Amino acid sequence: MNILTLAFIVLFLPLASFFFQIFFGKRIGRNAHWFSLIAIGITLGIAISFVANIFLGIQGPMLEVSGEWFTTGDFTVNLGFYIDNVAAIMMLVVAIISFLVHLYSTEYLRDDIRYTRYFGYLGLFTFSMNGIVLADSLIMMYVFWELVGLSSYLLIGHWFEKDSAANANKKAFLTNRVGDIGMFIGIMILFFQLGTFNIQGLAEGVYFGGFDGNMTLLAIAGVLVFMGAVGKSAQFPLHIWLPDAMEGPTPVSALIHAATMVAAGVYMTVRIFPILPPSALEVIAVVGGITAIFAAIIAITQTDIKRVLAYSTVSQLGYMIMALGVGAYQAGFFHLVTHAMFKGCLFLASGSVIHAMHHGLHKINDHHTDPQDMRNMGGMKSKLPITYWTMLVATLAISGVPLFSGFLSKDAILAGTLAYFNTHHGWTIFLPIAGFGAAIITAFYMFRLIFLTFHNEPKKPEIYEHLHESPMAMTTPLVILSILSFAFIFTLPHLNPIHSEGWFTHNVPMVENVGLDIKSVKEEIDHAHGSAMTISLIVASLGIALSFLFYYFRKVNVKKLTTTLDKVGLYRLSLNKFYIDEIYDALIYRPFLWLTKMISHIDWDLFDQKFIDGWGWLTLKASEGSGYSDYNWLDQKVVDGFGKLTKFFGRKFRLAQTGVIQNYLMGGVVGIILIFVIIQSF
Amino acid sequence: MSSHILSLLVFTPVVGAVLMLIASQVVKKDKANVYKWIAAIITGIQLLMAIWLYGAFDPAGGIQFIEKASWIPTFNIEYFMGVDGLSMPMVILTALLSFIGVISSWKINKSVLGYFALFLLLDAGMMGVFVSLDFFLFYIFWEVMLLPMYFLIGIWGGPQRQYAAIKFFLYTLFGSLFMLLAMLALYFNTEPHTFNLILMIQSASTIDATVWGISLKLLIWISLFIGFAIKVPIFPFHTWLPLAHVEAPTAVSVILAGVLLKMGTYGLLRINYPLFPDQVVAFATFLATLGVINIIWGAANAIAQIDLKKMVAYSSVSHMGYVLLGMAAVIAMNPAGAQAGMNGALMQMFNHGTITAMLFLLVGVIYDKVHHRYIFFPKDYHDKELAGKQGFGGLASRVPVYAGFVAVAFFAGLGLPALSGFISEALCFLGGFSVNETFLGEGSIIRTLAIIGTLGILLNAIYFLRAYQHIFFGKLNEKYADLSDMTKRELFTVIPLAILVLWLGVYPAPLLDLIAPTMEALINTIQSAF
Repeated sequence: MNILTLAFIVLFLPLASFFFQIFFGKRIGRNAHWFSLIAIGITLGIAISFVANIFLGIQGPMLEVSGEWFTTGDFTVNLGFYIDNVAAIMMLVVAIISFLVHLYSTEYLRDDIRYTRYFGYLGLFTFSMNGIVLADSLIMMYVFWELVGLSSYLLIGHWFEKDSAANANKKAFLTNRVGDIGMFIGIMILFFQLGTFNIQGLAEGVYFGGFDGNMTLLAIAGVLVFMGAVGKSAQFPLHIWLPDAMEGPTPVSALIHAATMVAAGVYMTVRIFPILPPSALEVIAVVGGITAIFAAIIAITQTDIKRVLAYSTVSQLGYMIMALGVGAYQAGFFHLVTHAMFKGCLFLASGSVIHAMHHGLHKINDHHTDPQDMRNMGGMKSKLPITYWTMLVATLAISGVPLFSGFLSKDAILAGTLAYFNTHHGWTIFLPIAGFGAAIITAFYMFRLIFLTFHNEPKKPEIYEHLHESPMAMTTPLVILSILSFAFIFTLPHLNPIHSEGWFTHNVPMVENVGLDIKSVKEEIDHAHGSAMTISLIVASLGIALSFLFYYFRKVNVKKLTTTLDKVGLYRLSLNKFYIDEIYDALIYRPFLWLTKMISHIDWDLFDQKFIDGWGWLTLKASEGSGYSDYNWLDQKVVDGFGKLTKFFGRKFRLAQTGVIQNYLMGGVVGIILIFVIIQSF
Repeated sequence: MSSHILSLLVFTPVVGAVLMLIASQVVKKDKANVYKWIAAIITGIQLLMAIWLYGAFDPAGGIQFIEKASWIPTFNIEYFMGVDGLSMPMVILTALLSFIGVISSWKINKSVLGYFALFLLLDAGMMGVFVSLDFFLFYIFWEVMLLPMYFLIGIWGGPQRQYAAIKFFLYTLFGSLFMLLAMLALYFNTEPHTFNLILMIQSASTIDATVWGISLKLLIWISLFIGFAIKVPIFPFHTWLPLAHVEAPTAVSVILAGVLLKMGTYGLLRINYPLFPDQVVAFATFLATLGVINIIWGAANAIAQIDLKKMVAYSSVSHMGYVLLGMAAVIAMNPAGAQAGMNGALMQMFNHGTITAMLFLLVGVIYDKVHHRYIFFPKDYHDKELAGKQGFGGLASRVPVYAGFVAVAFFAGLGLPALSGFISEALCFLGGFSVNETFLGEGSIIRTLAIIGTLGILLNAIYFLRAYQHIFFGKLNEKYADLSDMTKRELFTVIPLAILVLWLGVYPAPLLDLIAPTMEALINTIQSAF
């Protein structure tokens, strides 16, 4: 089969899975999941074959094809595929996680009432996500961009009976739409400046001077398109939806809200990287930096195991975005891939923990204890050994410990920020500070999570007794993903644990950028590599050590510390997520709703009922008035007046009707004389 | 058949109405069913004819299927009909929604004969408007349609039906008056005196009379604009709409929102645009401004509504705003932009017709079952127990099929890609956005207006998702534990529309190919007049 056919299969097979589950799933029942598993399995196979092409040394895009979608004559929109190494790797990431999540879900959602529908939605998601990956144009990306938004909406709301889930999916969709407006406007600017939606075409257009003399407009367009990524990849200030999205089933959180969909923003930024001028990249770096450190701070104090991971995801996405902003294009995409594996693993492992807790609670008939609260856990290491060890591997990876994948990609990003500071100086010191700061905090809170969940004595012994390791279908994905979190996977065939050379870096070549001298950027990064590695090793160990001190050896009284910190409000600030939700609620949402109420009041009660109907009232009054005058004046007085007058004269003249013939004759003669006189006078 | 297809399209419903009257005398028992079947068969035949017409229509062929006969020779009034790419989608839409409207009215049991006979007359009037090419004939059909509508709302409507009906009637009549004046002014100021729209358009540019120092062209354009603006409805003439839509019975709401509103923008494109290109250029920014106000004002109002039907009604105000924004793009320097905008506007007319019809049908479905449609009960509701409470809640688990179709309709309404609304809305935005320079080389603020208008992308999502959440999500409201899902008949009315919405969202080319040549000609008419 040629690549085009395969690309079509990759795209549409998951969609077929969606339609199959929606229309036939319920009738078939539980076994319907086989259809989805096989469909996603085939896409996984194809994705592997695409990536294998990379190893065969094929350079340039494997597939570049497009066809007309619709045209109005001068205005034509094309749809097409563009598969290069980046797309192939991304496709593989999506396929791996999607397949494993499908497998995992067969157990995790075993008794769910909407089991088959759930698999249908997973298919819809995979379809939409593959659409983003394969898209050769921004408009096509936008179409699938919205469709992943839809699948995310449906999956967050899978348990829609919970009000929290119903609120969360609405919030996710609407917050994303804010970013999408920017993206859409950005696309329009690019289109009318360059005459195409095609991403390669846009890059060419920019290089051939499509924006000459107007780099500010290009920067504005770039930042606007990037707004889409701010929404989808949960960057500050639109990050608020992602933590709430954890209301969805945990495998969904792993697939969509950790590994793939939220990374779509990063992927898109990677795609448009060539046309982003330095001023736009600066904005992107700052947004990423703020997000990285800010979300990490929040993650420290969260007690819900999924929330910790959610904020961790926000923070890590910030890393990737920051990397792209400082020009470390490869590093950003590299971190996307490594993060997908270890964060997917972390989420699925947390799912395994929650699954166990859930069953434990079920056994003792407890419906009040929160199965996701780490304050109810502890000591689960011996009960859930596979979950523990796989999660530990992923934690080491995210913390940036050598031998694990996160070390490589994080290190590359930190080198990028250092290099950026070395060339720009001044305020840009913020970027490496945010980077290293987030690194130390990440190591700290991740080990906090491990210790609170798996170590020390169980907080709730009555539940603890009933805990069991999850079944094979759930642990297998964990094991696979934890293996994929090791560094050697990405450095093959080189096995030097602190050297990041390998197939990955070879095959994601640097691309040209409109404003950056990419070669010197790369040199600067290589130059900063040594110091970045040293510092990052130090901060990672520091974070882990602190965590050991706090939560393993418990040498620090955490309660006392938090009370002290809280004297200046620091603890509360983190625990309440910097009150961003409350601020939006008070400053935007409520005033806005009030405004719509006012508008409605003005529109209906004032404008329509008073003003428009006022005209009706006026007309009515006027017609009443005219009716009154018509009758009382015109009719009663004038018309009837004539009548009365006639009557009056009739009455008077009646007196003349004497009945005496001489009188009549007399009258007649006088009349005739009068007539003659009148006629004569003319 | 082909030579009289348009007359057949227009007068078949009239024949149906006559048949009903005959049936009322001839048939002895089960009369109501006979009327219904007559209406269904007649509108079904009309739909088949419209589909045949679509098949036989040549998009590049200009005005086709022309029927022309002298009617009132003294005043040069002709019986002149024809279809081009502008009217073709409207003809299909009218036939489709009339048929669906009849099916969805199956449960009407109050004076069935009157209802269906009036419905068919309404159908005939609408069809007549879209195929008339003689202004006088156009005007007659325009007025003919008004009366059945008045009775359909006033007799078969909700609690405030009489107020709603009279308001609709007077408001539209007020607009018609302006149209009549403009029509007569045109008649007396063109040489030869004619009502033939094609001839009128050819000679209208020679008008140079003034009235009280104001150019007659301007006055005529404004009069026509007011007449059509009320129908669209364009802010601030829109307040008859929520009331009429809410009080009308389901099928009539479908026709009102699906077809009647389009007559306004159809009239603008059919008459205002080609008549005075210079006025179009002068007014384009004004049109775009009104369009953006419609988008935002309509959506903001929809967000505040607690009555589902009223929310959908205001969403129409918002969605018709896109049409105006797209229409303003006719003055774009960039040919791609002008075409995107104009085609987007006409597409949006069609797509909004199908989407809003779906929305009203679905509102009707739930109303028929539970006899209210409050997302939240009003604070001053007569039942103190319910006042301020959520009206539904958790229905998705009880009526999944219904929930699914409402989801399709709502997401189409909020412009989700792969559903038809997205393409037309995006084209309207692209069109508006392209106008930073007019074809005369002047700067324009329409681009800025389009950017402001994109706020609609968010606002339209807010009320649809909010409503969806409060109706379908959360714990199942115990009152509706026995609620039944959609019946076969209800599915029969909604499924064709859902398919159309999905099909045109994925593959809009058939509709675009149908209209693009006519739209391009219209753009040329305007732009080559300078």
